[in-house]
Amino acid sequence: MSHHIVEVKDLKFHYPDQTPALRGVSFQIRHGESVAIVGANGAGKSTLLLHLNGYLTPTDGQVRIGDYQLTPETVREVRRTVGMVFQDPDDQLFMSTVFDDVAFGPLNLGFTPEDVTARVEKALATVGVSHLKNRPPHRLSTGQKRRVAIASVLSMSPDILVMDEPSAGLDPRARTQLIELLKSFEHTKIIATHDLDMVVDLCERTIVMHDGLVSADGPTMEIFSDDKLLAASCLEKPLRMQGCPICRCKG
Amino acid sequence: MSTKIDRAFYDIGHLDILAEADTPLHRLDPRAKLLTTAVFVVCVVSFGKYEIAGLLPFFLYPAVVIGLAELPLSFLLRKLLLVSPFVIFIGIFNPWLDREVMVQLGPVGISGGWVSFASLLLRFSLTVGAALLLIATTGFGTICMALEQLGAPRVFTVQLLLLYRYLFVLIAESIRMMRAQSLRSFNAKGRISYRVFLQMLGNLLLRTIDRAQRIHMAMLSRAFTGEIRIVRQFSFGYKEACFLAGFGGLFLCLRLTDLTALLGSLVLGITG
Ligand SMILES: Nc1ncnc2c1ncn2[C@@H]1O[C@H](COP(=O)(O)OP(=O)(O)O)[C@@H](O)[C@H]1O
Ligand SMILES: [Mg+2]
Repeated sequence: MSHHIVEVKDLKFHYPDQTPALRGVSFQIRHGESVAIVGANGAGKSTLLLHLNGYLTPTDGQVRIGDYQLTPETVREVRRTVGMVFQDPDDQLFMSTVFDDVAFGPLNLGFTPEDVTARVEKALATVGVSHLKNRPPHRLSTGQKRRVAIASVLSMSPDILVMDEPSAGLDPRARTQLIELLKSFEHTKIIATHDLDMVVDLCERTIVMHDGLVSADGPTMEIFSDDKLLAASCLEKPLRMQGCPICRCKG
Repeated sequence: MSTKIDRAFYDIGHLDILAEADTPLHRLDPRAKLLTTAVFVVCVVSFGKYEIAGLLPFFLYPAVVIGLAELPLSFLLRKLLLVSPFVIFIGIFNPWLDREVMVQLGPVGISGGWVSFASLLLRFSLTVGAALLLIATTGFGTICMALEQLGAPRVFTVQLLLLYRYLFVLIAESIRMMRAQSLRSFNAKGRISYRVFLQMLGNLLLRTIDRAQRIHMAMLSRAFTGEIRIVRQFSFGYKEACFLAGFGGLFLCLRLTDLTALLGSLVLGITG
């Protein structure tokens, strides 16, 4: 047992059409850490996340989650540990009611019906959508869908929450509420995003990806103050760290 | 044009919202409603080609269901109208193909074709109406579950459930594509050339495969093992048995005995 909950070592991955999406990525994440993975479109963030729950198999390199080296034998246990929230909630919610959707994971894990019901109610209450439990997911707003998608993962009580672009497509208010919600979770969090303002709020550590490589890894504030690094990785400073355009002073 | 399609599908989804209501009929075990609907449909469909009078008493069932489940009649009628062009298209040639006079109403002779066309319309409204009512009182997901409990193969019910769920996503995707296309085609009014249409179709197929892959991914990451499980506490009690036996028996009686003839002879017997 090590104190690292996620360990990625020299991970390389080519898509079948030979796009080299990851070209040797290494990092370690400790229990309870909240880490942002930032990078321009096509930097390889989503591809990296898909390795963390064993959906993609590395061309080369290793992934370890908790005590398990990721192999076909351990993939079930790993998927239970890693709760994955996908970018498009329509991909994630496929049952005909919110309740059934959130119950899907726990039922597959073999909990009793009473246990499942309790887990579902708790997960729905946590994300604040208990009132929607009998609604069909495809009739909800994007913000509500995103919450239900998070609940569908929380109901399996994962140790690690992995999220791909959680703030994409939300209006400013829904986005703020989501950030508050995520802040309240004690899980280890790995968030891929290009919403750098959200990163400032949520993650003490940031890993910058560029062209399938890690180009920087360190405390969020340090990384976001490095203008050269951001420019080289095709990123823009969070708005609140840019100078005020009206009074021209540094914020 | 897109807005019309938009609305139509919005409305179909609306059936699921109706299914959330909480009336005695909604609380009934889905198996009872499914089987009753099946008996109803078989009885209605098995009537002879020219039957009209025998079909009329069957309207009792939708009337009772709509009353008990407090469903909006006008909404359901609109849904029926939406699908009616198909059946009208199927039956519209009957009057030309079958011109033999069957009923003589004073000077007007009604041909067998018109009678069978009317009968087809009646049977269509009854069966499609019953199916709509089943969804509106039960919900599609629950119907799939009932099918499985009644012994349908799991592969089939899972397919059906996912198909229904992703119909909306797929339709939304095609609507978005059509909108994008129409916004950038400045020539004909909303007309799509054959070549462009084929390309859009191919594109839609690719997007669908991509989406299917992503959904599968999401299912796997929630420990999916090939079986869809639902928590739901329904039980087949005496209420269900009464519902099924009562309506099922009624339908069989209506099908097997000639009620109109019976009534007729009764009236004749009294007057005679
Ligand atoms: N299914 C796929 N097949 C082939 N190439 C892909 C596929 N998905 C992503 N890629 C490529 O892999 C690279 C990384 O993509 P991705 O991980 O989605 O980046 P990000 O999430 O950071 O925007 C991109 O160059 C992209 O074009
Ligand atoms: Mg991505």
